Amino acid sequence: MAARNINFDMDLHHMEVTMESPVDEDVVHSSFSRLIEEQSGSLDQGHGALELEDLSDERRDHVTYLAAPSWAEHGQQRGQDLEVAMVNDPLIDERWSSATLRVLSSMPSRTIGRSRGAIISQYYNRTMQLCRRRQTRPTIRDFSRSARPSIRGYGVESDCGDGSEEERKKDQLVNNLQKLSISDRVRMLRAMPLSVAEKSDLRKRAYNYKEGRPISSSQMSCCSRLKYYIIIALRQSWYSWLSFLHSLQLWQVPLKRVSGRFGTGVLSYFLFLKILLFFNIFLFLINGFFLVLPQAIHRPPPANLSQKFTGLELLTGGGSFTNTVMFYGHYSHRTLTSGCRHSDNASVPTDQPGCPPRLSFNMPLAYFFTIGVSFFITCIILVYSMSKSFGKSFRINKSQGYLAVKVFSSWDFKVIKRTSVKLQSENICTQLKELLGEVSRREEGQSVLHRLGRALVHGLAWILCLISTGGAALAVYYFSEYMHKDLETRVLETRDLETRDLETGQRLLEQQASLLALPVVVSSLNLLMPGLFNAVGWMEVYDSPSIRTYVAIFRNLLLKVSMLGVLCYHWLGRVAADPGKLLLQCWESFVGQELYRFLLIDFIFTVLGTFFGEFLWRMCSQRVLKRKRMPEFDIARNVLELIYGQTLAWLGVLFSPLLPAVQIVKLLLLFYIKKASLMQNCQAPRRPWRASQMSTVFITLLCFPSFLGAAVSVTYTMWTIRPSQDCGPFRGLSTMFQAGKQWMLELKTANPNLTWLTWIHTTMVENPLFLFISAGIFLMVIYFHTQVVDGQRKVISLLQEQIENLVSIVGEDKKFLITRLQTIHEQRRPPSRKTHRASEESCF
Amino acid sequence: MGNKQTIFTDEQLDAYQDCTFFTRKEILRLHGRYHELAPHLVPMDYTNEPDVKLPLALIVNMPELKENPFRNRIVESFSEDGEGNLSFNDFVDMFSVLSEMAPRELKAIYAFKIYDFNTDNFICKEDLEKTLNKLTREELTSEEVNLVCEKAIEEADLDGDSKLSFADFENMISRAPDFLSTFHLRI
Repeated sequence: MAARNINFDMDLHHMEVTMESPVDEDVVHSSFSRLIEEQSGSLDQGHGALELEDLSDERRDHVTYLAAPSWAEHGQQRGQDLEVAMVNDPLIDERWSSATLRVLSSMPSRTIGRSRGAIISQYYNRTMQLCRRRQTRPTIRDFSRSARPSIRGYGVESDCGDGSEEERKKDQLVNNLQKLSISDRVRMLRAMPLSVAEKSDLRKRAYNYKEGRPISSSQMSCCSRLKYYIIIALRQSWYSWLSFLHSLQLWQVPLKRVSGRFGTGVLSYFLFLKILLFFNIFLFLINGFFLVLPQAIHRPPPANLSQKFTGLELLTGGGSFTNTVMFYGHYSHRTLTSGCRHSDNASVPTDQPGCPPRLSFNMPLAYFFTIGVSFFITCIILVYSMSKSFGKSFRINKSQGYLAVKVFSSWDFKVIKRTSVKLQSENICTQLKELLGEVSRREEGQSVLHRLGRALVHGLAWILCLISTGGAALAVYYFSEYMHKDLETRVLETRDLETRDLETGQRLLEQQASLLALPVVVSSLNLLMPGLFNAVGWMEVYDSPSIRTYVAIFRNLLLKVSMLGVLCYHWLGRVAADPGKLLLQCWESFVGQELYRFLLIDFIFTVLGTFFGEFLWRMCSQRVLKRKRMPEFDIARNVLELIYGQTLAWLGVLFSPLLPAVQIVKLLLLFYIKKASLMQNCQAPRRPWRASQMSTVFITLLCFPSFLGAAVSVTYTMWTIRPSQDCGPFRGLSTMFQAGKQWMLELKTANPNLTWLTWIHTTMVENPLFLFISAGIFLMVIYFHTQVVDGQRKVISLLQEQIENLVSIVGEDKKFLITRLQTIHEQRRPPSRKTHRASEESCF
Repeated sequence: MGNKQTIFTDEQLDAYQDCTFFTRKEILRLHGRYHELAPHLVPMDYTNEPDVKLPLALIVNMPELKENPFRNRIVESFSEDGEGNLSFNDFVDMFSVLSEMAPRELKAIYAFKIYDFNTDNFICKEDLEKTLNKLTREELTSEEVNLVCEKAIEEADLDGDSKLSFADFENMISRAPDFLSTFHLRI
């Protein structure tokens, strides 16, 4: 990250000075410092390469890769090759002498990443830059002129160098490596394009030197040795920790298998699932440790009426489940103390007479803060991973350069299954053909009528989708209202019918079952509507497949958001506002049960959808239609389903602290079901899938509508809605948020030394101003971040333009220099090294 | 199998960890994979760094590479002698560069080597044709191949010499966000 920033700075520097005319060499030298530094650095390498060519085994052969004479020995043959290459260039149609060609062949662009000398030299320069940045001490003037990269240095070096030159460079590199911190050194070593043997040699030397001689006279060798050992020990433990973490990595083998068959796109779905799993494990651990465990230890005496277990409870979460740690209503409103438990007052001071005060646990407070803190941490993790993902996927997308990119970066090296490899090459083939078609079409342009027709179709499709989404939301609204009224009447009836036991049981069962109607309707809408959208999307024509994907995602998202909005209104507006209507003792538990039902039914529907959508479809298409094609795995839709489920889980955490556990089980099962179905029924998607970009979109969607929506509704519940008066940790309070306030008051009276804590609480939690300010700062940080990214994007595109201009100018210069070189060379035959250099310097 | 055998010394493992993107455990696993390619050639004991090289034909048969159209070029690019014989160090090198952690630049250098079929340090039209034919299993017609080659070179070539130098290649790769994830082999 830091290195990149520096580059920007320097390049900006460049940009400013390109305006000046580079007449004076000094001006050029200082202004183009970086460019020239790089160039000359690699020129040095170029020189090293010349020597190296005798040593290195680089063989060349066009067709058979058989051993061929190495370049230096057969300069003549090489020269001819180059001539052939040059003839192709329309601008250079002269014939070059072999000496010129030798110089040409050692140009940096021809040796980069190739010869060892070049690489060592390049990394020498880099370590130098790092050193300079990290510690100001070794400035450029401390080094000898030859170590300082410059164009003039090249002229000298190219003539006096011999085999020891590389050794010297290597020594300098080792020297530089020692100056770096350990982590920088390791990073450098890892990134060097050298073989492991050479790297470990460099490493050994870098470490040995350090141990062998004192770093500076002021430091004691004993001390430094101790430091060295400590560092070694720390490194060892760090590595063992890393390998321990690595062994914890989940699903290594299945993920490899999936990516081997379906490539990066499908893999991104499973990776997303894994991320969600970790979020839920985190929530589960926090809730389990701070809420469920204390409550389970201090179990209240079991309620006397033990309901019969029918099995339906597993689906509805009602019945005997209602009064367990699963739901809000079970949690105590007392301060749980170890040893003796008798505290009848809701607001018990922590130091009761007769009880040791140290092990007390204030349940309402714990409930409030656990939920709040876990949401806060989740939020931070989400925003962090979002920005990281943005940074990773962010590149300038230019239409130009698309074909080349397709050729060189579309092959997915992960894919190892034969049929998938075949499919992949077919896909690339069709994509290339499409691109070629586009290139030729772009030149033609389209008629107005054609465009108008297309716009009409798009408008129609959008209207259809919006209407159906609105219709679905309205349907859910009225259906939930109907079910609400239905439940009211049922509840009233059962209350009246209390005498006859058998019938009551029957009715209760019916009542329970009727609760499942709403989740079933919502889930089936969720299952069917994307099919409608797909059908609508099928008649639209889009230029690029990525737009099509985004449109599909947006429509699905709109549907899910509107459904969830209606449902939130149903729970918080209807149920919570008037719980007495349903004769509910504890509306929070009821909402928790509803969310549990939704989560479960959604899972069941997903599994059914997988079965019918993928398995039966495959059977149908293979047996009946006798086609070879299998259904594709719809990544976007599946990921949106995951996001929907996660939103439900986040919404429900407040009402049912163990909901993350349900979600964990669901995700685990889903992973294996989806994987099995994928392996059995699907083929790799035919459309190109820009995995890195899409995972950014997904994580953004997870953050923005999903998490933010859940957080807003949970906060709303905590701040404004009156909790149930007969159950849960907040009974007797006007809002959940009062729990903290009360505790603060108690703390103030009990322990005057802790007033600062009270003050913090009043200013930070109670005062809405602080919340607004912190939210504002947060938003501002995000805004600035996007602005910075945007600015960088602009700078990058500017720089790219600059580079293109510069490179073309440099190319011209190069050609000019080569012709000069050639003419001078021909004038002064026989060629001597001295004249060579003179000619070069005269050119500069 | 049962008794514990030292394959590498601690110092060797540290060196591998510092120089590659693998942890101890992965290095040992890689050794296992290398060993099972030719159990009679590769010793279990690597503490004295034996000079063993496996020929290209054996390496290419690994399931990770078997179906890859560029398998020969990958192995050749990483072999020290340029003929496709891989020592264990080269083997580790190969998977290190192709691992998830390797930075873009390192990957770009080796990708360039892989696509540079005739090892002349340029991707010229001839290399591009070979790449295309391997990518598409020779499904494109020769005119289409020609057209794609021309367009691709035209797009990516910055200095106007109608072939791609490493600088051109790197610049082009920097615009491909998926390159990092696709130039990656899970071992």
